[in-house]
Amino acid sequence: MRSRNRSRAHKAALSPGSNDKVPLSTLHTGEHGVVVELANGRCMLGRMASLGFTPGAEVTILQNFGRGPLIARVRGARVALGRGEAGRVYVRRSI
Amino acid sequence: MNVLTAPPHHKITVAEAEKTILVALIGQPNVGKSTIFNLLTGLNQHVGNWPGKTVERKEGSFTFREITYRLVDLPGTYSLTANSAEEVIAREFIIRERPDVVVALVDAAILERSLYLVAELVALPAPVIVALNMMDVARQEGFEIEPEVLEAALGVPVVPMTATRSEGVQELLETVDRVARGDAYVDYAPKPPRIRADHQEVLQEVEILIDGCVPDPYPQEWVALKLLEGDHEITRMMQDCLSDEEWEAVHDVLRAHDDALVAVASGRYEWIGRMIRAAVTRPRAGQIGLTERLDRWATHPFWGMLILAGILGLIFWLTYTVGAPLQDLLDVYVVGALGELARTGLVGAPAWFTDLVADGIIGGVGAMLTFLPILVIFFAVMGMLEDIGYLARAAYVMDGFMHLMGLHGKSFLPLFLGFGCNVPAVLGARVIESERARLLTILLAPLIPCTARMTVIAFLAPAFFGSAATFVSWGMILLALVVLALSGVLINKTIFRGQRAAFIMELPLYHLPNWRTIGMRVWQRSLSFVHKAGTLILVVSVVVWALSALPGGDVEDSFLAHIGRLFEPVGRLMGFDWRLTVALLASFIAKENSIATLGVLFGAGDAEAGGLAEMLASAFPASTALAFLAVQMLFIPCVATVAVVRQETGSWRWTLFNLGFLLVVSLTAGIAIYWLAHLAGL
Repeated sequence: MRSRNRSRAHKAALSPGSNDKVPLSTLHTGEHGVVVELANGRCMLGRMASLGFTPGAEVTILQNFGRGPLIARVRGARVALGRGEAGRVYVRRSI
Repeated sequence: MNVLTAPPHHKITVAEAEKTILVALIGQPNVGKSTIFNLLTGLNQHVGNWPGKTVERKEGSFTFREITYRLVDLPGTYSLTANSAEEVIAREFIIRERPDVVVALVDAAILERSLYLVAELVALPAPVIVALNMMDVARQEGFEIEPEVLEAALGVPVVPMTATRSEGVQELLETVDRVARGDAYVDYAPKPPRIRADHQEVLQEVEILIDGCVPDPYPQEWVALKLLEGDHEITRMMQDCLSDEEWEAVHDVLRAHDDALVAVASGRYEWIGRMIRAAVTRPRAGQIGLTERLDRWATHPFWGMLILAGILGLIFWLTYTVGAPLQDLLDVYVVGALGELARTGLVGAPAWFTDLVADGIIGGVGAMLTFLPILVIFFAVMGMLEDIGYLARAAYVMDGFMHLMGLHGKSFLPLFLGFGCNVPAVLGARVIESERARLLTILLAPLIPCTARMTVIAFLAPAFFGSAATFVSWGMILLALVVLALSGVLINKTIFRGQRAAFIMELPLYHLPNWRTIGMRVWQRSLSFVHKAGTLILVVSVVVWALSALPGGDVEDSFLAHIGRLFEPVGRLMGFDWRLTVALLASFIAKENSIATLGVLFGAGDAEAGGLAEMLASAFPASTALAFLAVQMLFIPCVATVAVVRQETGSWRWTLFNLGFLLVVSLTAGIAIYWLAHLAGL
């Protein structure tokens, strides 16, 4: 419950420039986004692309406890990502 | 127009009917590939490794309409870019072996993502059939898929199926038959995806530069695409094929477009998007499925741990209530009875020969056989957890912790089960996809204190330390785990140069286990243990037995004792005499052997009777005792573990490295503990 409130507060704070790209790891459980940039190394990029992460892909966060790995739904599949990996995927929040 | 009903291209000839047709089965992980493989081949299959690799190779055969098909199960991969050994194996097989048909298995419930592999396959020169598996799950999830529309859009045959209920198998076979005959394939017209529009010129540029230089049988456009994707293998290949100046030109283009990988991948997903818009509707979206509901618990940082602990408890309970008694039964009624039988049968033979057969060979076979009950339980449980989809969740929950040691979340379960026995721990490392994390898990598994080692500690600690035994035993376990963690960090930092295994992993949908698939896996893995590791265990057991029994039949004057005396100077650094060293060496066959050997060497008769304990306690100071327990804990593992380390790493180099490493670590720890204790006045 609290996290949902916080996410709303977060969104409100960003509302004028909500088109800004943010790391996937900052999205809260239940939030959606569209991938705009992948800043991972080349080898990792290939793996991420084959698991569905490419610019334009819609992502929904299924679980993010603020630390440790998180779970995202991308292109119909559930993918677990380390926090470090998720920090290098930039998304634009969508409602 | 339906591709399959188009007019026949040519009729099958007698010569063609006699030749076997090669079919490759490929798909992303968790799409039900083994289920289909088992459905088609039944028991007509065998498991091995791909040449020079530690990746499992499954091949089988089946007959349909009097034609024999050879079915090769390619490793599960998400793409065909050289990220891992699996991907290279899969694409090299398709390009070089040119299978007559490639069956690409796709998960209908995750159509968008699982078509990614198909997007790569249709660019290769082998006819593809898309098997649209898990149609039942897709329906449950609210997808409505029109296979005919998908077929028309892709330009390749599409067969809907639900392998768990054997639905669609007949249709798949018929389609394979048609494609293999070349029948109806006037219209086999796949429409491969194109690179994203903004990179089409670059692709052409690369193609012109490499034109005429691409070695057979690689398709030129495909090579150009792989170069843009930054594929290591293909880059190296073209670097070798082109002259320096030519390569320089290609390299300049590639360097200017190092983001091309994203354009290639995006092109594939755009292509998939068009297919899906045509063939799939999703009238009710967004409902919460069973998987999401279960994952609220299974992947929760707290409840997830609790569930994992519960499952681990259950596995250990199962191992001890079912596995251990079975082991005893095997030991008494099979191994014991065989030994008796050999002794009565060889009454007239020389004594050494009878001993060799009854103690050496049958003892060795026994050492191997008694592992089987535990292994079967382990394979069954791991297979079930993997098939249900839970294994990925356990890895997710444990990943943060395991990463500290350079390991992967998936390393946790095999390592933890190593507390029962190290052999399944090493074999269980197969579930880890990252090659580096898999190797590290195998190398570290022998440091987990297994039941056999704990038996030795449980016997010796009270003998030496009386009431402080519990404290010492826990200290030894802690020592082993600390050494394991430090070794993990050390090996990861030095040999793997600190490259962190990236954590990205699919969490598959939960589904009911398929008992047939699990049963086949248990059968194959057990068979391969007996087959491969078994031989080595038997040979080493016989050799060590011979060393301990020859020339005179007593351990005291045996070759093993001589070797023990040879190493006495090393042992003396820890206050050992030759008898402790020999006991350590004898533990190579099985860890419990230390106690029996000490019993013989100290002339205590029956080791369990208690006489030995007192003798040991009076013979050595506490500092030596502590060092001996520590070395026993960290020493090179038993021969069965070594055999599976060899089997799973596929390399003697890594096996010897592992042994050398453990030898150094155990002796260092032993010496350090001895002197620390000595200085502390113990």
